[in-house]
Amino acid sequence: MKIHEYQGKDIYRKFGVTTSRGVACFSVDEAVAATETLGGDVWVVKAQIHAGGRGKGGGVKVARSKDEVKQIASEIMGMHLVTHQTGPEGQEVKRLLVEEGADIAKEYYVGIVVDRSSQRVTMMVSAEGGVDIEEVAASHPEKIHKASVDPIQGLTRDQAKDLATKISLPDAAVDQASELLMALYNAFWETDASLAEVNPLVLTGDNKVVALDAKFNFDDNALFRQAEIKELRDLDEEDPNEIEASKYGLSYISLDGDIGCLVNGAGLAMATMDIIKLYGSEPANFLDVGGGATTEQVTEAFKIMLTNKNLKAILVNIFGGIMRCDVIAEGLVNAAREVSLNVPLVVRLEGTNVKKGREILVNSEIDIIGATTMADAAEKVVAAAKGVH
Amino acid sequence: MSILIDKNSRIVTQGITGNTGAFHTKNCLEYAFGRDCFVAGVTPGKGGQQVEGVPVFNSVAEAKQETGVNVSVIYVPPPFAAAAIDEAIEAEMDVVICITEGVPVKDMILTRYKMQTSKTILVGPNCPGVITPDEIKIGIMPGYIHKKGPIGVVSRSGTLTYEVVDQLTKLGLGQSSCVGIGGDPVNGLKHLDVVKMFNDDPETEGVVMCGEIGGTDEEECAAWIKDNMKKPVVGFIAGVTAPPGKRMGHAGAIIAGGKGTASEKIAALEYAGVGVTKNPADIGVLMKKALG
Repeated sequence: MKIHEYQGKDIYRKFGVTTSRGVACFSVDEAVAATETLGGDVWVVKAQIHAGGRGKGGGVKVARSKDEVKQIASEIMGMHLVTHQTGPEGQEVKRLLVEEGADIAKEYYVGIVVDRSSQRVTMMVSAEGGVDIEEVAASHPEKIHKASVDPIQGLTRDQAKDLATKISLPDAAVDQASELLMALYNAFWETDASLAEVNPLVLTGDNKVVALDAKFNFDDNALFRQAEIKELRDLDEEDPNEIEASKYGLSYISLDGDIGCLVNGAGLAMATMDIIKLYGSEPANFLDVGGGATTEQVTEAFKIMLTNKNLKAILVNIFGGIMRCDVIAEGLVNAAREVSLNVPLVVRLEGTNVKKGREILVNSEIDIIGATTMADAAEKVVAAAKGVH
Repeated sequence: MSILIDKNSRIVTQGITGNTGAFHTKNCLEYAFGRDCFVAGVTPGKGGQQVEGVPVFNSVAEAKQETGVNVSVIYVPPPFAAAAIDEAIEAEMDVVICITEGVPVKDMILTRYKMQTSKTILVGPNCPGVITPDEIKIGIMPGYIHKKGPIGVVSRSGTLTYEVVDQLTKLGLGQSSCVGIGGDPVNGLKHLDVVKMFNDDPETEGVVMCGEIGGTDEEECAAWIKDNMKKPVVGFIAGVTAPPGKRMGHAGAIIAGGKGTASEKIAALEYAGVGVTKNPADIGVLMKKALG
């Protein structure tokens, strides 16, 4: 689960991470009013969407008067902000963060991730802040400094100081920076985060270190014990189809192609997408119905796939293990009947009770193109999508 | 021979009184030597009961003392799964197989930390389990698609493993053992650990490894294979079409920070001499060819 920058900064404050003062706004008027609350004479108006790259996309701007705040807020609020993470249609801006201007001397980067190799949390820092850190990691990996964190001790003061020194912070700022890094690690650990990024962390003219940005991802599997975090979820930022799917225990992700796929199991679902591409088409979605797909789940899965205007055909690929093919077949027939399919449906069933399952499909009045292997299924669905029967 | 488990394994089901634990224990009891191998269950507070004729104990330690179990399989709900793994490790099980899906990553980091001084081997969580065909099945995979033979299978995903096993069996290629290592970022055995075991297993003549996007486990395994593997390996990596930044079902299946793409993994495997197919329908055929 992702959250907005302003929500991330509230978490910072709770854990003692020094950050900029700001006010979250849901309208242009609120943005103007925020200048009064904050005082000063320079403000930054920042679009609040979950995707990164907001600055480059025109979603972060500096204002030097109330009128300018009003003008910029009007421009940004409601715009479809396009960044490298949003896709070409962009994400509509519905919330703003108005902050006091910062006196920036230099920008740095801090990231915290779960490292699979060490099976621990790793903190990364770099003196190359404010830019695309992925580029730095690829072209100058030596400019990124890492510390692996002992899960019992947490990030130690020595480790934090070492990191602060490695990015050449001035001596006067090292102690405060160490405190900040330790607090940031605590915020990550205590909230069951899976990713935290501060880009940029800034050094101000008077040698203070401030977290100017806040990006958090949280472990979905831990939300059951993170009630406060769970409340920060903003459904406006998520794909409505993915939300709908998650209500029924389906794991769904929209993609750009035209062949819908419904599969049991994440690995097989990815493999099914891959084989569609291999046979010359593109998948319209990733959809894992999980281990025990019910008629209701299959029906909902069809409904969600059919909302996609690009959809030209559907491929169902089920390997029945514990789940029996005859049960899946019944579910498919009922679902297809309920949603009145208007695109060709290719079904490949394999595994437990497959014979019975195929009989049910053949004897149903539903127009189904049967397939035996994954290759057979892919070939047939690609042909069907292109109108070749 | 086989790896990890065989008909001499003595197994305790943790979470045996839950629906999932009871259902799968029943299926495992019915497979090959299961009736002799599944000798205990554990659910705290329910000691003294029986499930499918298997006696239930309050703790793994108690089950071990009474029945001599050395392998545990876990079906307890996600919030309690890591604690169940810890308990099995403290009771010094040889192998712990955690089927539970949805265990918080933080819990697993702490569990892995506690395991540093332990000899226990962990498989999973979020995995289908391990099977040594015609001997013992521990987990949720459909037993009947398997057949005893010379191929070792290791995979991060459940149904994709079944797909591969089914292809192998239909081509007449049986399996020595099939290990589902699971799709979580912090977990027990990795591809490399299992491939090493297959390399040392005299009965295994070839290995199929199925990977997927996310992390660099497959790359690390490939580097080892290049210099050490004595047997043919074929591979498939799921997720060529997966977009970056999107979690594809499994907690670990995500391309993040430009790392963990399918093409990087495929390149690493090919460089190591692993036969890689981009067509998941051809994995069995490729293994057959690799055996010569």
